[in-house]
Amino acid sequence: MDTHFFDRIPTIESVRIGLASTGYIPSRQISTAVFLAMRLGKPILAEGPAGVGKTELAKAAAEFLGLPLVRMQCYDGLDESKALYEWKYGKQLLYTQILKEKVSAVLSKDDTMDAALARLHEFDDIFFSERFLEPRPLLKALQEPKGAVLLIDEIDKADEEFEAFLLEILSDHQVTIPEIGTISAIVKPVVILTSNNTRDLGDAMKRRCLHLHIGYPDAKLEEQIIDSRIPGIEDSLRRQLVSFVQQLRGLDLRKLPSVSETIDWARAILLLNATRLGTEVVHDTLNLLLKFEGDMTMGGKAVGEMVHKALRDGGVEA
Amino acid sequence: MTAMLLDLLRAARGAGVRISVAESIDAFRSAEVVGYADRQVLKDTLSLTLGKSLEDKKLFEDCFDLFFQREMVSSGETEAGSRSREPGEAGEHDGLASLSAMLLENDQAGLAAAMEGAAEAIGASNIALFTQTNMFAWRILEQMGLPELDRDIAHLRGEGADEATAERLEQMRAALGQQARAYMERQLTLFSAGTTRDIREGALRNVRLSQLDRRDMDRMRALVRDMAKQIATRYSRKRWQDRRGHLDIRRTMRRNMSFDSIPFHTIWKRTRIDRPSIMVLCDVSGSVAAVARFLLMFLYSLADVLAGLRSFAYSNHLIEVSDILARREIDEAIEEVMKVVGFGSSDYGRCFADFAEIAMRNVNRQTTVIILGDARGNRNEPRIDLMKQIFERANRVIWLNPEPQSLWGTGDSDILRYEPFCHQVTSCGTLTQLERVISEMMQQAQ
Repeated sequence: MDTHFFDRIPTIESVRIGLASTGYIPSRQISTAVFLAMRLGKPILAEGPAGVGKTELAKAAAEFLGLPLVRMQCYDGLDESKALYEWKYGKQLLYTQILKEKVSAVLSKDDTMDAALARLHEFDDIFFSERFLEPRPLLKALQEPKGAVLLIDEIDKADEEFEAFLLEILSDHQVTIPEIGTISAIVKPVVILTSNNTRDLGDAMKRRCLHLHIGYPDAKLEEQIIDSRIPGIEDSLRRQLVSFVQQLRGLDLRKLPSVSETIDWARAILLLNATRLGTEVVHDTLNLLLKFEGDMTMGGKAVGEMVHKALRDGGVEA
Repeated sequence: MTAMLLDLLRAARGAGVRISVAESIDAFRSAEVVGYADRQVLKDTLSLTLGKSLEDKKLFEDCFDLFFQREMVSSGETEAGSRSREPGEAGEHDGLASLSAMLLENDQAGLAAAMEGAAEAIGASNIALFTQTNMFAWRILEQMGLPELDRDIAHLRGEGADEATAERLEQMRAALGQQARAYMERQLTLFSAGTTRDIREGALRNVRLSQLDRRDMDRMRALVRDMAKQIATRYSRKRWQDRRGHLDIRRTMRRNMSFDSIPFHTIWKRTRIDRPSIMVLCDVSGSVAAVARFLLMFLYSLADVLAGLRSFAYSNHLIEVSDILARREIDEAIEEVMKVVGFGSSDYGRCFADFAEIAMRNVNRQTTVIILGDARGNRNEPRIDLMKQIFERANRVIWLNPEPQSLWGTGDSDILRYEPFCHQVTSCGTLTQLERVISEMMQQAQ
């Protein structure tokens, strides 16, 4: 790892401040994970429910470190040619067509087949050089001159083969392209993998990573997050919103509202010019928090009670 | 610090966190980076490196807290501990052993440190079974200087000089004994959790399913679920495999028609990997009542992790239960299945007829049919013809019989008549056998 990283983040606290300056409020574990990842050069594997800020973490880290973010979205059927590199096949073909005459001119001097072939061999590196190489995210991240933050999103969606293929890059920070040779990272990238846990990742993969579980934040942290994302919001209203969402997470719902939904909801409440929570306004905007019909009915029933408690938590007389 | 961290790792392993050697190295490296000063940070750090799932993290963090709760007791520095164990060094209580002196001075820190030191000297962390608690506690006291203490008490009494002090020491001696026992109990929870659990689980895996106790249900359920999950993740992942390097000429030509058939876009051949389609018929009749729950449990776990599994339950008739298993929680599902078809007297002929009606048309060359049952049909017509039909249509038919092989064919058992129409008939009385058979089967189904 480059030394300038170390100067930027002498302590865990400095990571926290750095991330916070980009508007991402990390929990203690998150800042520790980022700190360790950079010191040890290990990838972070962030797991947790959707919408708690796994992808956001990578963006914030890139911004705070001043590095470009290279993002790779995983999906079923993703393979090396889409993740690592591909030959610009069309370009190669086009160039051979254009250079046809040049080639025949070069070859015209030779009268035997053997001689022509030998001459042709002298040029074969031309078409398999970096000029005809299309870098895909992984290679791009390795080639960034100052290093990069490489985000491998939803690794659980990719198949096992791809996971195995990643191991090599994650541990050695280099790739081998048969025609060219081995390309090593100029500066080791900071790697963040995210997973929604739709399938279990291999032990080998987990072993190489720092395993970070990002769960739903507690009330205090969530308030800080809301505060940083929606600067103008009133203290009391913010407390009410967070208290309500925290109560909602206690219910038996199919999809619990996550932080991103709290933020959306807070924005909506502000747009509606509400200064405090009320049963009616909550009912109208509940669809921002809950995404399933069953959840809506279940949540809807408890609204009155939860609003009451939220108002008390916010220091407002119901 | 190294020894402390090693002890912690050992305790964590005992608690059920899987930690490999490479991971311990990682743990040491990261602990060095963050330092040992802040316990909270250390906990976060180690949890990041060692925990590989949410459960692991929880286990580890609990273990960490327990471990350092123990350390807290010995808040005194170790130097104090080693010094206080040296004999003949006491201020106002001249002529008394160091232990007696510490007791009289009520030097809690010193005592705790001495206990810690003694525990280390006798290797207290090797405790494995709860029956050893007293023995280890006694050894700790001995190491701390109990004989000298007893001598002091006797001395004080004998001279009659200081009956009150002797009395006090006597009380403190009893209290110290309790402390040592409590200390060893903590050690036991820290270091032996793994051993006892391993012994128990190892035994559970190999005990005959029909002999299982009700109180082992929970543990069994976890084992069964793990097993099913392991099997499923091993075999159900890929759907397509690229055969790189084999050009699909037909499709490439078609794709590049607009370029005068100059192949700008290449299409490679790939093969479809068939997910095995599996049907499981599970006996829940009275004759296998003891095993039925576990078979259902296994079925439930398998259905949970394997898409496209169809499950059936039967006793005197047969119904499809895929739906029930998919919708309900495990306990409810098992209850419901048992309520609908459970405990009847088996009639295999009727059941095969039901099966033929419900699902025979879906049995094809990709299908594996697994039958779990003892083949005891109460002398009803076994309908070998239907079995033959299934056998001819399916890719594989596997019969798993919970009875040991020696009982096959005795009494009303029809297993030997069914046997010719199965690709494989295996006795599977224990969980280990069940796992092996299913795993083999999945391999062949690929």
